[in-house]
Amino acid sequence: MSEVILQANNLVKTYTQRSGRFGFASTQIKALDDVSITLKAGTTLAVVGESGSGKSTLARCLLQLHPFDSGEVLFQGQDLARLSGEALRNIRKHLQMVFQDPFASLNPRMKVGEIVGEGLLIHGLGSAAEQKEKVLQMLERVGLEITDVQKYPHQFSGGQRQRIGIARALVLEPKVVVCDEPVSALDVSVQAQILLLLKALQQEMNLSYIFISHDLRVVRHIADEMVVMSAGKVVEQGKVVDIYNAPQQPYTQQLLNAIPGRKAA
Amino acid sequence: MNDILNTSILNISNLTITPKNAPNRLLVNNVSLTLSAGKTTCIVGESGSGKSLTALSIMGLLSSQLQAQGSIQFQGSELTKLDNKALQSIRGAKIGMIFQEPMTSLNPVLTVGYQIGETLTAHLGLKGAGLKLRVESLLQQVGIPFERANSYPDELSGGQRQRVMIAMSIACEPLLLIADEPTTALDVTVQAQILQLLDELKTRMNMAMLFITHDFGVVADIADDVIVMFRGEIVETGSKNAVLTKPKHPYTKALLACVPDAEGKKQLKPIDYSWLENAA
Repeated sequence: MSEVILQANNLVKTYTQRSGRFGFASTQIKALDDVSITLKAGTTLAVVGESGSGKSTLARCLLQLHPFDSGEVLFQGQDLARLSGEALRNIRKHLQMVFQDPFASLNPRMKVGEIVGEGLLIHGLGSAAEQKEKVLQMLERVGLEITDVQKYPHQFSGGQRQRIGIARALVLEPKVVVCDEPVSALDVSVQAQILLLLKALQQEMNLSYIFISHDLRVVRHIADEMVVMSAGKVVEQGKVVDIYNAPQQPYTQQLLNAIPGRKAA
Repeated sequence: MNDILNTSILNISNLTITPKNAPNRLLVNNVSLTLSAGKTTCIVGESGSGKSLTALSIMGLLSSQLQAQGSIQFQGSELTKLDNKALQSIRGAKIGMIFQEPMTSLNPVLTVGYQIGETLTAHLGLKGAGLKLRVESLLQQVGIPFERANSYPDELSGGQRQRVMIAMSIACEPLLLIADEPTTALDVTVQAQILQLLDELKTRMNMAMLFITHDFGVVADIADDVIVMFRGEIVETGSKNAVLTKPKHPYTKALLACVPDAEGKKQLKPIDYSWLENAA
């Protein structure tokens, strides 16, 4: 179980931002400043931090959706930054993403069946009949109806749309799924359902999750290990239980103390 | 004096809100509540439970597509019967309101000092040096250096913008402050600061506060009394401790079971709606 599946070493990513009146000047913002993380197979690594801490940039760099300045990302020992074209596409089916906003991340003009099946089509996995069968199975697995394949995203609630997003990511049977704030736009009752679903699917399909979140209560429930980020740097990392029980860094302590309802509880 | 301070500030009775073109759809169904000076009442519920509509109807800010029935008594006057002009003299003066999104509720082309000052000029007729002094003192009360009066909203962080919104809403020392998810868009550490600020202001100014949220953690931090809404109806009311530790209604129990705790002791449960069938 402790085999490393995804590893990032010394990632650096700098954004250039226009500044000053009328944007004539420019400033360099280090979104990732020497960030290293390790994800073990079958476990969940949470990345927590406040807005602007670089957690979403990290997610995108891990999946090679953003180029980074220096460092390396190793998936099962293979350096992703050196791959391109066909080789990178082949590996992408093992690396999938679930997005935050279930409204913006689904194409409103595609039917659910097309959305979920698109990955299979692109990667040419199986015959048309097999692809259809897989889509139906996946939809059922995430708690949707078989008849939903013919519907459009606007016909679903936020929680159901997030289930569609999860089905789209998992139909390719990936090894690593990056979840970027997957439950923060949802009501707490729906949030609990989605968290339980993600946990169950992890067991069944032996998935490894990178779970990006700003909600430390959610992280406590879903993650095994965690990385705390602030201003592009990793402030603290370790087992979730250890960090919650005895945070070492002042910034982590501050975050944990700010969890609403903690004082009262 | 004390007797007056302890009496209720706002009384809603049998408030029902429906769309004008579908009068049978009850968006808010027969809601009654009382807000008292110096107390924070939290309305908790999921999206679509009618918590924001209830708050908007107090201010007379409902969309023209909706109609409200029932009574909203504020200091002896019936708000639902007032015309726009009379409502305007109450809005911002005796009842203040803070919205969720500090980014969109401020005007980007006016300085924050000007925007705070507008309220004071409109309701109290303050102008010139007197106005400037009052704006600066308000900024300091909400923890922003007074030089910031000349800044534009985009020069401030999200937390600072929400502080500006709070300064605007308390400018005329309202009797009632309505806060509609004021910290939902903020980072946790900033959220903790804003909650503390609102709590201090409420105590110092002896305001009644109506606080709308979907987060039970926030309720635990700020509420005195709690109202739980579900599909337009109030399902449970009570003191904070009673509702959070000894919930009576099955919906409240099910909702609390969905909330992850920071200690990780609790087993998350998917929400259970089976009580609905029994009720029906």
